[in-house]
Amino acid sequence: MPDSTPHPSPLELGTPDKTFLDSNELILNMGPQHPATHGVLRVILKLDGEKVLGVECVIGYLHRGVEKIGENRTYTMFNPYVDRMDYVAAVSNGLGYCETVEKLLQVEAPRRANYIRVILTELNRLASHMLWLGTHALDIGAMTPLFYTFRDREEILKIFEKYCGARLTTHAFRIGGCQYETYDGFERDVKTFVDCVPPKIDEYEALLTSNRIWVERTKNVGKISAADCKALGVTGPVLRASGVKWDIRKALPYAAYSDFDFEIPVGANGDTYDRYLVRMQEMRQSLRIIRQAVEGLPEGPIMAKVPKVMKPPAGEVYHSIEAPKGELGYFIVSDGSTQPYRVRVRPPSFVNLQALDLMVRGQLVADVIAVIGTLDIVLGEVDR
Amino acid sequence: MPEETKSPLPGSAGEPEGPAGKPQAGGAQSAAAAKSAETTSEKPPAVAKPAGPVAVPWTSPLVANLKTRYGSGVSEASTYLGQNCLVLDSSITHEILRILAEEQEFDYCVDITAVHYPKREKPFDLVWILYSFPRNQRLRVKTMLREQESFPSSASIWPGANWLEREVYDMFGLRFEGHPDLRRILLPEDWRGHPLRKDYGIIEQDEQWVQANLGIESGQ
Amino acid sequence: MLDYVTSYLSSNTTPGQAGNVVWALIYILIVFAGVSIAVMAMNWLERKALAHFQIRLGPMRVGPHGLLQPIADAIKLLTKEDIIPENADRLVFWIAPLIILCASFAVYVVIPFGPTHAITDLNIGILFMLGVSSLSVLGVVMAGWASNSHYPLIGSLRSSAQMISYEVAMGMAVVSAILMTSLNRSGTGTLSMIGIVEAQQQQQIWYLFKFFPLGFIAFAIFAIAMVAETNRAPFDLPEAESELTAGFHTEYSGLRWSLFMLGEYAAMIAVSSIAVTLWLGGWLRPFPNALTGATWDLAFSLLPGFTFLVLAVVAWVGVIRMPKHSYFRMQTLGLAGFAVLLGLIGLVLFAPPVRDRIQDIFWFTAKVAFFMYMYIWYRATFPRYRFDQLMRVGWKVLLPVSLGVLIGTAVVGMVL
Repeated sequence: MPDSTPHPSPLELGTPDKTFLDSNELILNMGPQHPATHGVLRVILKLDGEKVLGVECVIGYLHRGVEKIGENRTYTMFNPYVDRMDYVAAVSNGLGYCETVEKLLQVEAPRRANYIRVILTELNRLASHMLWLGTHALDIGAMTPLFYTFRDREEILKIFEKYCGARLTTHAFRIGGCQYETYDGFERDVKTFVDCVPPKIDEYEALLTSNRIWVERTKNVGKISAADCKALGVTGPVLRASGVKWDIRKALPYAAYSDFDFEIPVGANGDTYDRYLVRMQEMRQSLRIIRQAVEGLPEGPIMAKVPKVMKPPAGEVYHSIEAPKGELGYFIVSDGSTQPYRVRVRPPSFVNLQALDLMVRGQLVADVIAVIGTLDIVLGEVDR
Repeated sequence: MPEETKSPLPGSAGEPEGPAGKPQAGGAQSAAAAKSAETTSEKPPAVAKPAGPVAVPWTSPLVANLKTRYGSGVSEASTYLGQNCLVLDSSITHEILRILAEEQEFDYCVDITAVHYPKREKPFDLVWILYSFPRNQRLRVKTMLREQESFPSSASIWPGANWLEREVYDMFGLRFEGHPDLRRILLPEDWRGHPLRKDYGIIEQDEQWVQANLGIESGQ
Repeated sequence: MLDYVTSYLSSNTTPGQAGNVVWALIYILIVFAGVSIAVMAMNWLERKALAHFQIRLGPMRVGPHGLLQPIADAIKLLTKEDIIPENADRLVFWIAPLIILCASFAVYVVIPFGPTHAITDLNIGILFMLGVSSLSVLGVVMAGWASNSHYPLIGSLRSSAQMISYEVAMGMAVVSAILMTSLNRSGTGTLSMIGIVEAQQQQQIWYLFKFFPLGFIAFAIFAIAMVAETNRAPFDLPEAESELTAGFHTEYSGLRWSLFMLGEYAAMIAVSSIAVTLWLGGWLRPFPNALTGATWDLAFSLLPGFTFLVLAVVAWVGVIRMPKHSYFRMQTLGLAGFAVLLGLIGLVLFAPPVRDRIQDIFWFTAKVAFFMYMYIWYRATFPRYRFDQLMRVGWKVLLPVSLGVLIGTAVVGMVL
């Protein structure tokens, strides 16, 4: 087994006898424990005074070996593990995994199950974006939107709790459909939620969108062009804010998304302000989808005929969904047995985080925190 | 362009890639079909169920183009469950990836990963999943590597391949030549062992590292 | 001896001017105690108001509705371990918070709570205030340096750069207000704090409204600059938690940190009182010249007592709404006692001898309280400015505008 030979870090200062006073450059460490890095992320900044020359991210502090675990659990047993990756938007993870295994098994979830999946996934997208908004605003200094968004997120988590018993790591879906039928009052709750939330989103916008200080902190900060996004593999709101109108829900539809009418918000500049606007618009579009789904919720079974002991035929399949953070993909290789041969999770935050270096070059130190916030990374997903 | 095609043709040429010695596709499916035929009596007598998903040879101008250029290097081009896959010889894969990126507009490298089949002659499967924005098409490209064989890095084609290849190196030990910064990414720098290989047990760990750095006997 | 003490009571000046040391000391003690209580109240108010802005309740447990929270905080800070970094410069480390504290408190010597309710009335009052409050920059730099760690050092340098930048704009705004005082009947301006308020009384207009909009712009500049002076949101980058450098008071814990906090709040109250004195008419009640007459005087003089009665009623409503559970008995009793106390104070303030004398102090305090509330409101609402944007606002926006206002005031004052 070849050993890993250590390579020098690209931010190495040079020969050991050169002290930091000899050069203009300062290496600053935003350690794994930091209020603003949204998890255990270590960012090493190379600074020239206040300007950032380069950034190196050290990740892996939350690596739990989820892919290795996947090879040692059956398909059904692995389902709860998947929630723990992007723990902020757990339902999306579950949706991606269940759909990929359903593809392998060649079963299709029934229409009602797909509608329930869409409703819960879009609620989850709202919850994820609300959390993002609160924490991002807090990093930039506005401490009040955090409490407002968490308050509204509570309502979503209550719906999840009533539906499947858990608020955060929901394990809401099963391979083949949904296990739980919607509870009595589910539709009423969701409709009430959808009616109550738009004024709240307007309130968040009123606090931030035209606030001069917010605009100055976010405009032209962390710019990334569409070409760079595509080359780096960045997806999700970051890509859309750079001007690329691409959303897997429209390009390669899954679940019941082709039944619904919604728009894809696109930004123009690719800076932090545009990402903020894109995510706010996405929240409104999610509400639109939820309203359509809940009004058109069909009757029918919620679970397809799936064998108790799942042995998908040998083969491999890749399927991805539009998670709140970007393209969440699952590449599952099956060898015909009850346990997957290889489960690969393609995490959007991992790939998006690569773009951090490009986005903060030439910016100031205080912008690094704004850019990390705007990328919307969750370390559970980055590290798996 | 829709991806889902559910039309497995029974008994057609080509098999999905898989570890040697495993039953053909369809075994599980027909077992399930038989079971459901037993339990539900109102179903009509079992029509011959399709044998399950089989890889279908994939013909397209792209494949034709590559085959004329590289002939036998393109060992296989198939479609399984509606997903196109190219299996290539490891010597020409880098060139073909470049062609795919530049000429065929596969400008987005979605994922790079590997699979370890220890009993095979060439144990490592290196897999690229590519996507083309202009064509709205996804493509899987695979190549097989021997133990200790290294592969040219795709970071020059897609900058986003940087971290993805680092992770493959970290988890499998596959080296990428020409990679700007090939280091471990998820595990500590001085960890020994490559966990996603099949000969690395699930509860195995680098005891030396754990004892030296965490000051405990074992993480178990 | 007794004459020495009682003779002051019949004189109509401040102790400083009367040269009465004993009364000066008594006033100093009263002001010091008052500011300390005000700081504690401000601490409570900040936590409660911020919480209510964020749709949560804030401290509720320590005392009814958290009223005893500041005391609990003080006890906690006093009993904390005193940590000094290993390679810190011990003397400088010890002195830094004291300098900030002394600088912040020394300005209270000239703050006028009424025409004779000040410790002294220097005839360079405003200059003294600006000068002494600037000394706190020294304490900030000393704190960052003595901590022997480069994060506090960077934070303190940023903080001091910010404070110095905004002082220039502050000074210009102050000068334009001083210019307005020279339009007195006597034709001479004054720098003394009491004199400035009396000038506003003579000219029968608060300087906020004089030469509209010049006075208003000068006031606005001062209001923004004073927030930056005291390192409060939205200018609190040097001491914000989520930024890289956690500010000059990182290495301070326990009592030393509480001295910083005390100094910061005292400075906030001090600069607010400058703003109140210069533009909002100090201790003058609203419309002292327009609404004259016995009835108006009576109505306005009833206001302080009325305010306390309203507060007592609010506290009483809190008492009624307390949960009826034995756990809350102590809190209910405490809050009821507090409500009764407030009511008694209100009734005392209705008594004629008191209500005539308490007017000035009440109005001054009310106006300063308004500024304190605005401080909390800014903190709840605005994101933070980045440091370079902060400096840009100070130098490129506020300074030219304040210069313009100064020239404009001078020109208009000459012409009119």
